Amino acid sequence: MQFLVGGIILGCIYGLIALGLVLIYKTTDIVNFAHGEMAMVSTFVSFLLLTEYELPYFVAFILALLFSGILGAFIYQVIMKRIQSSPHLNQIVVTFGLFLILNGLAGLIWGNKPTGYPVAIEGSSFQVLGVYITPNEVFIVMLTIVLMLIFYLFFRFSKIGLAMRTAAQDIMASRLMGIKVTNIYMVSWIVGGMLGAIAGMMTAPITFLDTHMMLDVLIMAFAAAVLGGFVSLPGVVIGGLIIGIFGSLINFYIGPEMKVVYTFLLIIVVLYIRPQGIFGGAKEIKKV
Amino acid sequence: MNLKNLGLSLIILFLIIYPFLINKSNYFMTLVVMMFIFSISSMALNLLVGFGGQMSVGQAGFLSVGGYVVAILSNGSGLSFIASIILSGVITGLVGLVIGLPAIRLRGHFLAVATLGFGISIPLIALDWTSLTGGYSGLAVSKPDFASSNITLFYLFAALTVFITWLLNNIIKSKLGRAFKAIRDSEIAAQSTGINVSFYKTLMFSMSAFFTGIAGGMYGLWSGYVTPNDFSIFTSFIILAMVVVGGLASLPGSILGAVLLSILPHFTDVFVGITNIIIGIALVLIIMLRPKGLVSFFNLKINKVPKPIMEKKEAS
Repeated sequence: MQFLVGGIILGCIYGLIALGLVLIYKTTDIVNFAHGEMAMVSTFVSFLLLTEYELPYFVAFILALLFSGILGAFIYQVIMKRIQSSPHLNQIVVTFGLFLILNGLAGLIWGNKPTGYPVAIEGSSFQVLGVYITPNEVFIVMLTIVLMLIFYLFFRFSKIGLAMRTAAQDIMASRLMGIKVTNIYMVSWIVGGMLGAIAGMMTAPITFLDTHMMLDVLIMAFAAAVLGGFVSLPGVVIGGLIIGIFGSLINFYIGPEMKVVYTFLLIIVVLYIRPQGIFGGAKEIKKV
Repeated sequence: MNLKNLGLSLIILFLIIYPFLINKSNYFMTLVVMMFIFSISSMALNLLVGFGGQMSVGQAGFLSVGGYVVAILSNGSGLSFIASIILSGVITGLVGLVIGLPAIRLRGHFLAVATLGFGISIPLIALDWTSLTGGYSGLAVSKPDFASSNITLFYLFAALTVFITWLLNNIIKSKLGRAFKAIRDSEIAAQSTGINVSFYKTLMFSMSAFFTGIAGGMYGLWSGYVTPNDFSIFTSFIILAMVVVGGLASLPGSILGAVLLSILPHFTDVFVGITNIIIGIALVLIIMLRPKGLVSFFNLKINKVPKPIMEKKEAS
């Protein structure tokens, strides 16, 4: 049973990263391959604040969130705004270019040596039903559930959430309704960046802080997002959990080397049966 | 003789005298051979992405498969050089067929993830399947006798690249190519004019895999060694970037993209750690300033720019 806990924790992290991916995708229609690297840079900033300036964890956490928001806004204003209406392939290549830039810059500034990173909540593990759980793990699970709920409710009931949904559906109509679409896009990039930073700071204690730490996580998060259907927020987190738990099952029974291979095999099988993902809703029928 | 033929002749002439220009330096020959390999790979991907309207972020997997096939065949199968390089294409093409089957039902991001998974899985499988692939340490490729000098191999690969370019150019103009473009523009319209969409989609994947496999085989023969780390997920993305940066649905564009992105690291190697930054900046700038790719700088005939692969939800 112990390995299930690890699977759930990883699943939550995949879900958190995927949440940011899907948030940006839902409103701006861009799949952001640089999402993991944005998170990685923010995590390095928080580490800098923690070690160089010896700030308490909470303060560093908030400041890193601020930084990630600014980074998101910057990337939107300087680059993404200009390619908003380009073909999807162009957007993918631009985010890949961003990925290379951020990764390269982080390598230049902070070097490529992995370092340890503190957990959010210290404390020794306790035993529930024969399974050892640390307070930090409980915190990660709670955080994921709370964030997922907040965003679900936000999209459903708040005015900005409604505007975001409208912008995603029809740009022209939302402009005519008086929604400033560029602002909506900007908000998505800021919030998406922040979500990424949270996920990054949760990942770093598990994987060590390193410029390449987010690559595997991003790929798994991408898989989680697709499994969840790419548009549904609860679906994304559930997709993350499925992948996390499935991965730890493979890890336990078959071996860690083939974890990724079997995970993608699972995804291909699921997608073959339901090409729109588990929570993707009804298949779109294209009019001729 | 028109301008296009003149350009082609100049390129071929340059390839013939190139080994002597650089005094048969192995480093510079490798640079150009990598351009051959990536040109073929990006043209093969362009067949899929630019002409066929499908999505693949797993081309590096096909390159690896091709390399391994050549390596395995070269050790004790006794097959000739030509046979082993063709077989590397055929076997990779069969792998592409397997990938193409689920791809019939998937599109957009879902297809991207399925192919991404393939590209990531191949190196992992190679690492794990020690009895066949030699695992972490990789496999040595024993080069054929006549290719013991790199210069023979260089000319052979140059000829092969020119031949494949000619072949792909003809495929695109043939009935096949027209079917691919019809599928790209509208699957439903293609289907209603009697094009078997699933058949052609699978064929597209196999053909793309076939040519990429040959490029992988060329890599194996040239480097004399294949390991699981040769082609990573980054390679897949770089090949996709070559296609988009060069120009979608344009073979000269793919070659241009491949040449540019293979030559950039050569100039940035002086400074450690900035290669990726330069490539990244180049990608972002080119796409922002030249959305239709480098090929739009020249007045080369560009095929009609394809509709976005993943439908946009904008109002028109």
